Amino acid sequence: MSDIYLVGYDGSDAANRALDFAISNSKNSGAPIILTHVLEWSPYKFLTPMELEERHKRRREELQRADEVIIQPVLTRLKEAGIEASAVVRYGHIAELIAAIAEETHASQIFIGRDGENGLSARVFGSVAGTLVQIAPVPCTIVP
Amino acid sequence: MIPRLKFITLISAFSLVATPSLAQGIDESINQLFANLTGPFVSFIFSPFPGTDFPWIVMWLVVAASVFTLYFGFIQFRAFMHSISLVKGDYSDPDDAGEVSHFQALATALSGTVGLGNIAGVAVAVSIGGPGATFWMILAGLLGMASKFTECTLGVKFRNEYADGTVSGGPMYYITKGFDARGLPAGKILAVLFAIFCILGALGGGNMFQANQAHQQITNVFGDYPGVYTGIIFAVIVFAVIVGGVKSIASVTEKVVPFMGVLYVGVAFIILLMNFDKIGWAFGQIFAGAFTGLGIAGGMVGALIQGFKRAAFSNEAGVGSAAIAHSAVKTKEPITEGFVSLLEPFIDTVVICTMTALVIIITGQLISDPQTGLYLLNEGGSTIQTVDGNTGVALTSAAFSSAFGWFKYVLAIAVILFAFSTMISWSYYGLKAWTFLFGEGKGKELVFKIIFCIFVVIGAAASLGPVIDFSDAAIFAMAVVNITALYFLMPIVKEELRSYTSRLKSGEIKKFN
Repeated sequence: MSDIYLVGYDGSDAANRALDFAISNSKNSGAPIILTHVLEWSPYKFLTPMELEERHKRRREELQRADEVIIQPVLTRLKEAGIEASAVVRYGHIAELIAAIAEETHASQIFIGRDGENGLSARVFGSVAGTLVQIAPVPCTIVP
Repeated sequence: MIPRLKFITLISAFSLVATPSLAQGIDESINQLFANLTGPFVSFIFSPFPGTDFPWIVMWLVVAASVFTLYFGFIQFRAFMHSISLVKGDYSDPDDAGEVSHFQALATALSGTVGLGNIAGVAVAVSIGGPGATFWMILAGLLGMASKFTECTLGVKFRNEYADGTVSGGPMYYITKGFDARGLPAGKILAVLFAIFCILGALGGGNMFQANQAHQQITNVFGDYPGVYTGIIFAVIVFAVIVGGVKSIASVTEKVVPFMGVLYVGVAFIILLMNFDKIGWAFGQIFAGAFTGLGIAGGMVGALIQGFKRAAFSNEAGVGSAAIAHSAVKTKEPITEGFVSLLEPFIDTVVICTMTALVIIITGQLISDPQTGLYLLNEGGSTIQTVDGNTGVALTSAAFSSAFGWFKYVLAIAVILFAFSTMISWSYYGLKAWTFLFGEGKGKELVFKIIFCIFVVIGAAASLGPVIDFSDAAIFAMAVVNITALYFLMPIVKEELRSYTSRLKSGEIKKFN
C-alpha cells in the first residue's frame, strides 16, 4: 500500500476530468482513490437570526444532498471499475481542507480540476487549484 | 401575487399622504394617539421610589447585574480571555464545521444590539445626564456582562431541538423548562408574560426607535419632511425581507453592518486622536460629572440614571433577547455560550457607546458656563444646552461633523443600516415570542409581521419623546420578568460553570488549536 490518490471533487466538469485522470492512473498503479468533497464554509460568515435557527437543519440537508447526488454515484462508478474507493465530506475553506485531508489520509498525490476561468479573475480572486498548489503537502496534479 | 399587493398598498399609502400638510397632520395624530396609549405603561415602569427621582427599574437592573457579578465571582473579568479563545474557535471540534460557530452567534446577537441606541441613545443620555453619564454607562456595561453570561448559558441549556433540525431557544423556553427542572411553579405564567413584553419590546426598541432616529438623521442631512414617508419606505423593505423572504437585503445588511461598525469606531478614534490634548479634560469631565453632575438636572443621581438606562437599552443585558440568538450555537457545553456572550456588552457599551459619548464631549457639543464649569440647561431645565440645540442622533451627527464635515452622510448610511439590522433581528425575536404564545403557522406569523411593519411607520412618524419612552419601557419590562427568572435559575448556571471549569482544568475539554 504505497500510493493513495486524493481527488478533490465537486461534481463539475473540471472535477470529472480530474477524476477520470486519477482513475486511469489508478488502473496502472493500483492505488486506492479517496474522493473528497468540501462544502465552502467559514465560521466567520455572518448569518441572520433565521439562518442561525435553521443552520443545523440545513447542514444535515447539505450533507445528505452531497452524499446522494455527488458522492454515491462516483463511489459506485469507482467500485465497478474495480478501484478501492472511499469518500470524505467536510466543511471549510476548500484548498486548506484538501491539503489537510491529504495529510490525514497520508495521500501521495492530489488530483484537482482546473476551471479554465479567466486568468485575471483567478489572479485577483484566487482559484482553488492555484491556492492548493501553493500549500499542498504532497504533489498536486492539476487537470485542465 | 405578493409584489402586486405590495404595489397597490404602496400606491394607496402614498396617495393618502400625498399632500404635505395632510402628512404632517397624520404625523401629529399618530404621535398624540401613541403618547396617550402608552403613557400609563411608561409611567409605571419609570415610576420612582416614593420621595425620590430614582426609577425602581434602574435599581432593579443594577442590583441584578451586581448580584450576578458577585455570585459568579467577577466572571466577566476572569473568563474574558477564555471567551476570546472560544470565539476564535480554539475549542471548536473540526467535525462541527458547518454548524453555527460561536463567532456567528456572537455576531448575530451583536447585530441586533448594535443599533441606534449606541448612536442616538447615548446622545440622549449625555445631553440629559451630562458627561458623567458615560462613567455610569461603562460601569453598567461591565456589570451587565454577568447578566448576559447567565441568560445565554440558560438559553443554550434549555433550548428546544426539533426533529427537523431547527433550534428554538430563549427566555420563554428556559423559564418554562428551567422552572420545571427546579420544581418551581409559575414557570409558564412568567414565560407568557415575558413573551408579551418581548413582542412590545420588538415593536418599540427593536423597531420604532430605530425607524424614528433613522428618519431623523435623514432629515438632518437632506432636509425636513414628514416621517410617515420614511416609515412607509422602510416598512416596505422590511416587509420584503421578513415576509417576502428576500434574503439578499438581509445578507447585504448583515455583511455591511460589521464594516460600518468598525468604520464608526475607527472615525471616532481618529477624532479623539485629533483632539488628544483634550482627552484628559474629557475624562476629567466624565469623572467630575459622574459624582457631582456638574449642573445637570438631578445631579449625580441624574447622571447615574441616564448612564444605566442607556447601557441597559443598548446592550440588552438582562433583557433576554440575546439568549434567543445565542441558543442556536453548536456546542456540548452551554456555559461556553455564556462566556462568548459576555463579550457583547463589552463591545456594545464599553467600546462603541463610550466612543460616541467621548466624541460628543470632546468636540464640545455640550455648552457649559466657562466660569463655574457647570453645564447650562435649556429652558425646560431638563437637558443640557447643545450647540444648535441638537438632541438624539442629530447631536451625534453634529459631533462627528465638527471634525469631518462629510461624516454626516456616512452616519446617515450607517444609521439606516444599523436600524435595518436591528429591526430584522428584533422582528425575529418578536416572532419567536408570538409563536410561543399563539403557535406556529404561516398565517399567524404573517399577522405579527404585518403588525411589525405598521409599527415601522408609526415609529418614523412619531416624535422622539414618546417613542423612546415606550421603547425603554417595553425592553425594561422584559428585563423585569427575565431577571426574576434568572434569580431562580442562577444555581443551574453555577453548577454548569463549576463542572466546566473542573473539566477544563483536568484537560477533559480539548483544545483544538
